[in-house]
Amino acid sequence: MSELLVCRGLGKMFGGIQALANVDLSITAGEIYGLIGPNGAGKTTLFNLLTGIYAPDAGSMVFEGEQLAGLKSHEIVRHGIARTFQNIRLFANLSALENVMIGRHARTQAGVLGAILRNTATRREEADIEARALELLELVGLREIANAAAGNLSYGDQRRLEISRALATEPRLLALDEPAAGMNASETQGLRVLLGKIRARGITILLIEHDMRLVMSLCDRILVLDHGEKIAEGVPAAIQGDARVIEAYLGAPAAA
Amino acid sequence: MKGPGKFQAWRRPALGVALVALALLALPFVLAGAGTTWVRVTNLAILFMLLSLGLNIVVGFAGLLDLGYIAFYAVGAYVYALLASPHFNIHWPFWVILPLGALVAALFGVLLGAPTLKLRGDYLAIVTLGFGEIVRIFLNNLGAPVNITNGPRGVARIDAVSIGELSFARTDTFLGLAFSGPIKYYYLLLLMLIAVIFINLRLQNSRIGRAWEAVREDEIAARATGIDTTRIKLLAFAMGASFAGVAGGMFAAIQGFISPESFVLVESVMVLSMVVLGGMGNIWGVILGALLLSFVPEMLRFTVQPIQEYVFGRMLIDPEVIRMLIFGFALVLVMSFRPGGLWPSAVRKRELSARTGDKS
Repeated sequence: MSELLVCRGLGKMFGGIQALANVDLSITAGEIYGLIGPNGAGKTTLFNLLTGIYAPDAGSMVFEGEQLAGLKSHEIVRHGIARTFQNIRLFANLSALENVMIGRHARTQAGVLGAILRNTATRREEADIEARALELLELVGLREIANAAAGNLSYGDQRRLEISRALATEPRLLALDEPAAGMNASETQGLRVLLGKIRARGITILLIEHDMRLVMSLCDRILVLDHGEKIAEGVPAAIQGDARVIEAYLGAPAAA
Repeated sequence: MKGPGKFQAWRRPALGVALVALALLALPFVLAGAGTTWVRVTNLAILFMLLSLGLNIVVGFAGLLDLGYIAFYAVGAYVYALLASPHFNIHWPFWVILPLGALVAALFGVLLGAPTLKLRGDYLAIVTLGFGEIVRIFLNNLGAPVNITNGPRGVARIDAVSIGELSFARTDTFLGLAFSGPIKYYYLLLLMLIAVIFINLRLQNSRIGRAWEAVREDEIAARATGIDTTRIKLLAFAMGASFAGVAGGMFAAIQGFISPESFVLVESVMVLSMVVLGGMGNIWGVILGALLLSFVPEMLRFTVQPIQEYVFGRMLIDPEVIRMLIFGFALVLVMSFRPGGLWPSAVRKRELSARTGDKS
């Protein structure tokens, strides 16, 4: 068992509000790690710290032995963490294919000179970018509509397109922020299958999700946040029975 | 043997290209028949096309509003003027100065880009506008205590372009055709324009071009997709500026005299209008915009005065005023009826239809 990501004492303040306080977590390579908690618990803030949107005020984030705290988003992508957004952020006016091709940016080299001269190396790289992008669209089931504008796709398709764009960066940890939000039952089932396929590729998944059935059946381990603090961590069965978790979601039992 | 169908398919586009090429080659002689002025006007139009194509990288591709773009044109022009005139008594050849001008302009592009990286939209426009003015005022005031730019008096007697024995200041007769200075410049500018169009087309359809599009569409998503937005934005500023640097150098060589007055805010607005009117992000649209906004005012200059004298017996309204009037009117019309420009890019069209179309 090897630790892919280890966070110690992560903290983040916004003005006077402690969005995240002293959170420890460790994600093991190959697992699906769930992150749950009531609204405003700090899940997305944790995501934003992990992916460099914000820098943490306190604590460390070590990914494959390297410190991530203080790195910029694009550097973190290069280290091997990719993400999706809770409120989908696609390049809406570009085609689905272009969206995924842009995802290859961090793993390719061609600069201005290469683009102008279009030498053998650049041409080969371009062909490779397109082939990989098409392969990923195939994986998420969007191959047929590769040339449609991303903004015109259905909600579920947009979510899957965002996942394929994230996969294009060759992550070892894929962080998904509520991928099932707004999906109907059959789309959610499709997502479950897709996440299985992604895991089979050796990619570790960090999942924020409100669909408890999905989380409980899919995740190997779950971290529960409430008011910016970690209140529980463990396998789904243990989390379901945890008194503090139940309290956080349903409120304290009435004093008898 | 090729089948007839195949031959047709090959022949048609090739024929079109050949016809356009022939027309472009013959154009200056046709124009010269109407007066050398028209060749000069055409040359200026090509300079504006170079400028628009450069600004299109910044505004159209990367989505960064730049209202001080003419500053880079000024930098290129002054680099040329100072290194090829009696002012410092330096007379370097143009093929050294033009690339140098492009480089210095690109540096200024980075200089402008670096402090404005976190700004967007209106705020970026204000800062770039200020930058354009700062450069002009610097050029105006660098005449003392050490005379670098000769201040508001400008730099005069700038060397014409010359390639070996072939000077662009003289008229040469070749094959019975009189190649005047402006005609020679026309061919040189045409070559540059083709090169710049080629570079733009290649850039647009590349890893870099896609990264620019990503930044324009959604900067946070671009960053989360592994794009170093800082670098890619600076690259857009530098590339755009370098085209303006080359155009500026050519402007100095053609005019033989430059002063800070040539690089006022209105010129920046003019180039931006060309880009917006033609079709932001679409290379051919931008060229069309530059062509229209360069030629129509000149035609007005030659028609407004005679018409007024014929109708009223004297000139009532200055052609310059009418020019701005028609300009503004044309922009209002285009923005209301074709908000993507006369010849919009496919992406831009999509953007606009998405904004007005479904409001679900």
